[in-house]
Amino acid sequence: MRTAGIDIGSITAKAAIVENGKILGTRVIFTGYNAEAAGLKVYEEVLKETSLDKASVKKIVSTGYGRNSVKFADKSFTEIMCHAAGAHYLDPHVRSIIDIGGQDSKAILLDEHGKVKNFVMNDKCAAGTGRFLEVMARALEVDLDEFGAISIKSNQPSKISSLCTVFAESEVVSLIARGEKRQDIIAGIHESIAARVSSMIARIGVKEPVMVTGGVARNIGVVHALEKKLSVKIEVSPYAQVNGAIGAAFLATSL
Amino acid sequence: MKKSISDFLKMVLIFLAGKFKKFTMRFKKSKTMKDYMMVYYSDAKSARLTRKKVAWITSGGPVEPLIAMNVIPIYPENHGAMIGASKMGGGLCETAEAMGYSADLCSYARSDIACATVNGGPIGGLPKPDMLVCCNNICGTVLKWYEVQARYFNVPLFILDTPFCHTDYTKEAAKYVRAQFDEYITFLEEVCKKKFDFERLKEVGHLSHQGQLLWQAVLDTATNKPSPMSAFDAFYHLALIVTLRGTKDVIDYYTQLVAYMKSRIARGIGAVPNEKYRLLWDNIPIWHRTRWLSEKFASHNACLVADTYTTAWCGALKYIDENRFLDSAAEAHARIYLNIGIDEMAKMVLAMIDKYDVDGFVLHSNRSCKPYSFGQLDIQSIVEKERGIPCLMLESDMTDERIFSESQISTRIDAFMEIIKERKGKA
Repeated sequence: MRTAGIDIGSITAKAAIVENGKILGTRVIFTGYNAEAAGLKVYEEVLKETSLDKASVKKIVSTGYGRNSVKFADKSFTEIMCHAAGAHYLDPHVRSIIDIGGQDSKAILLDEHGKVKNFVMNDKCAAGTGRFLEVMARALEVDLDEFGAISIKSNQPSKISSLCTVFAESEVVSLIARGEKRQDIIAGIHESIAARVSSMIARIGVKEPVMVTGGVARNIGVVHALEKKLSVKIEVSPYAQVNGAIGAAFLATSL
Repeated sequence: MKKSISDFLKMVLIFLAGKFKKFTMRFKKSKTMKDYMMVYYSDAKSARLTRKKVAWITSGGPVEPLIAMNVIPIYPENHGAMIGASKMGGGLCETAEAMGYSADLCSYARSDIACATVNGGPIGGLPKPDMLVCCNNICGTVLKWYEVQARYFNVPLFILDTPFCHTDYTKEAAKYVRAQFDEYITFLEEVCKKKFDFERLKEVGHLSHQGQLLWQAVLDTATNKPSPMSAFDAFYHLALIVTLRGTKDVIDYYTQLVAYMKSRIARGIGAVPNEKYRLLWDNIPIWHRTRWLSEKFASHNACLVADTYTTAWCGALKYIDENRFLDSAAEAHARIYLNIGIDEMAKMVLAMIDKYDVDGFVLHSNRSCKPYSFGQLDIQSIVEKERGIPCLMLESDMTDERIFSESQISTRIDAFMEIIKERKGKA
């Protein structure tokens, strides 16, 4: 059966189409201000990319903070369910997922069948999320996609002590003024995110193997900082950013 | 001069409205919470006319001696709940913050302190107190809060100090708390300028005990499947056991309520039309969002059948002995839910999970209430370990509606219910 998953996040909208346990195609676009329009657009784009016919897709599941804006979906599930389903498909051994998205970060514990055992999400605060990185990238005038590669060069990460995104930004500005190296500041930012996310995960206890999903998983610097902080090896799938959409598509097969 | 005349006229009007309500209530077969609360606040707000004294008292404080002395008890915390429910907490908290109070201070304290200065809020402020009675069994904030108010209104303050009971109520603690009850009575005699009536206290003590037993009976009806009431109903019906404990009104109202809940059980009517999942709630309600939360859970066919909060008003029943009222009241006030160790609290939570046969545990991590929220993570892990049911922690505040993020809370509840549905589906 051919099914689709649509994941409307705060920054990007993702779509995936799957059939018989295989991923046929995925697509990522910016959400913009209209979640409903973004859902339609990303779905049409993924259909175009895979040259598939709308009618051939039997079921659609939506997820993400904009899940209820996707009117053409047959059902919606939370990101927690979908990331669990996606990660279980990509690697059935995974027992913990760290998902760092645009405006939230979460940790999910899975049982041996890939079912959610427990989860925890960040409080009403942008620290430890993708938005935090975006703000810092702007302050440093560096393209966010280069963050990972630059931070790896650092031997001495700067210390970012503020938990608040706004205050952390001014802290970064003063580090720049003090002449600290860019790679050290960026590495410090990654460590700050890792510290924030790790203390959240500690609430439910991390179990290996661990996978990182969500857009921030593309940043190798954050992944390394998390590995160091949690003292575990972390898997990153090439599908990390679209993992929620893939999970949604697989959940649609059992509707 | 003009203002004092208009204030006086207002008071007369309030007094007459209360008298009229009381009169019409006689002919009403079933009296509503609104009826009782209106008479109660009208009595209190016209106390100057009837030459009655008004005492402000903390929710966990011993109210019976006040009732026995014909003093009208007023609960700033009940007022705080009303402020929250009318979504006026945020504004009043801002006023308090502008006065210099920290945003980290309890939102009941902030709204009460602010309200006293502007006579705002849903009922135009509380009647001025003649005295304040503060018992620190519920938290430490009340000490400073009541000191602030005692200075502001320039009235005497009585502080009843209950030592923390980690596991036991020691002989020393018993002696210490009991002695303060004697001091409390002397304090009342001085402020009211009359002898304490111990015979009357016996009657009040009896009514208070009966009231608590009836409140327990109301909550017990939720053991039925489907539950005839939800915790959201309990949050509403709670007001009387809090404010009028020790009076006959409480007995009348809850007798009627128990009968009503039993009739719902007999007719198979549940609070949630299609109850499939039963949940337990921990901490003070999010007063500004009770309806939203109630509908949110009901949309998942989930009923919050019980909660640790409203149970607190009958939680210390086992210590009460009408024949040794003052001794047993001392113990009952020292051993309330918020004044015992985490392990003891967890035991009570586990007992409630079994009693109400719940599928999940929802904990409100309440930014305002530190003693209630501090041990929640430990209680949550004990529950997960001992009963293996899913637990959900929601971060918000009881009165300050600025501390509530709808989409985040919504996603957490949806995900929590997905887990519960999946587990229950498998069983």
